[in-house]
Parts: sequence; structure tokens; C-alpha cells
Amino acid sequence: MQRRASRREFLRAAGGVAAGLGLGSLVAVRPARATPAEMEDAIRKVVGSATINPGRVTLDLPPLIENGNAVPLTVAVTSPMTGADHVRAIHVFTQKNPQPNVASFHLGPRAGRARVATRVRLADSQTVVAICELSDGSFWSTSADIVVTLAACLEDGI
Amino acid sequence: MASALINVPPRARRGEIIEIKTLISHTMETGFRRTQLGAPIPRDIIRRLVCTYNGAEVFRAELHPAISANPFIVFSTIAVESGTLEFQWTGDNGFSVTQSAAILVE
Repeated sequence: MQRRASRREFLRAAGGVAAGLGLGSLVAVRPARATPAEMEDAIRKVVGSATINPGRVTLDLPPLIENGNAVPLTVAVTSPMTGADHVRAIHVFTQKNPQPNVASFHLGPRAGRARVATRVRLADSQTVVAICELSDGSFWSTSADIVVTLAACLEDGI
Repeated sequence: MASALINVPPRARRGEIIEIKTLISHTMETGFRRTQLGAPIPRDIIRRLVCTYNGAEVFRAELHPAISANPFIVFSTIAVESGTLEFQWTGDNGFSVTQSAAILVE
């Protein structure tokens, strides 16, 4: 005669399956916010294995902003901007936005002055990092902390 | 039709560094928001702005969802010769706007 599974055995098996499913979905779900480690990965993707030196870049960001939907941001680099020595690119990254990349600006000796300004969205109070790439292949960076009262990305859509 | 505003000085001295301000109307939908019913709103952003000065590229910006709605970008270039500065914004869903401004260099 065939032995039927007892209630206890059935529950144990079902529990195992449920735990497996739960673990699977945990792995699949992406966190809603980037982490400092993700920002580091995003920076490495742009910079490669080069070392990033502190300095030369100024990141102008208000220390406190009410509305994270439009935060004025200015990045300037001290550089003579000649054919031999100029800024090739300026990259901006954030720590806690859903995505660490903000923007990449590609300049050249014809820019005259290494200074760009824009308006960004910030999802939380966090650190913003600006990295510049010079024509000799070196990378320089700076960071700024900002307190955001009303975060971007939280309001309901249509 | 998206409208773009460009601020380029109409005349400049040769070799002068001129500041260029650009503003374009665009929602820059991040793709991270949801409707009140919970359905995700697909991403719709401007990915790139390219500025050419008499055909030669002088500035390029790659944008991500973290740029505010109605992207405002300020940069500079050296006034080398009279001619036109052309600005092209391209983005998701085939978005493409081109506008130009004339400059007289003396």
C-alpha cells in the first residue's frame, strides 16, 4: 500500500519551496537607491584603473536645498585649456540617486574655460562627486555634501 | 514641438571666451516613477546635447535621468570666426531638436 505524505512532511516541503522562492525574489529585486559601492562601480567604469587625485576641481552646490528636483550645480576646473593641457571631460556622480550617473560633459581646448553648469535632481541628502579627465590622462576629483529637504523622484506621476 | 532657448552673444571679439546658455523644454521622465495605479512610467529623457561651431564639435553632454526637467546647460567656447553655432538635442522615443545661432566675430 502506498504511504501518503503526513501533514508534517507536506508542510516542511512546502516551506522549503516557499523559502526558495523568497530567496529568488530577494536576489532579483534591485534596491531603489544606488549605494556608495554602486557609485564606485560607475566611477570605475568611466575612469578605468587610473588613480583619481583629489583637487583641481571645484564643485559648486548649495549646502542646503529645499527642492531636490532642480539643484543648481556648477563644476569648474583650474586648467589653462590649451591644446597641450586641457580638460577632456567632466563627469558628475551621486551616491543615493536611483542611478549613480548624473552627466558627462566633453570639452576640448576650444572651450576656453573649463566650467559647466546645469540643474540636477537629487533623491536624498547625500554626497555629489565631480571627476575631471585631463588631456594627459590623469583624473582629478572633488565632492560636496548637500542636505535636501524635499527629495526628487518621490511625487506621484499622472 | 519642443522649444529651445539659446543664449549666444550676437557679436564677440576674436579670441574672446563666450558663455553659452541653453534651455529646452522636456519633461525628462526618469523611468523610476509610478502612476497612482502602480504602473511604472517609462523613461523619456534627452540623452545628448552636441554643440558644433561651423561644423566642428566644441561641446558634448551626455545626460542621465538625474538631470532636472527642462535641461539647462551652460558652457563656454572661444569665438574664433564668424559663423553659426548649431545645437542638437537627441533623446528617447526619437526625440531630436536642432537649433542654430549666428555669431559675428570681429
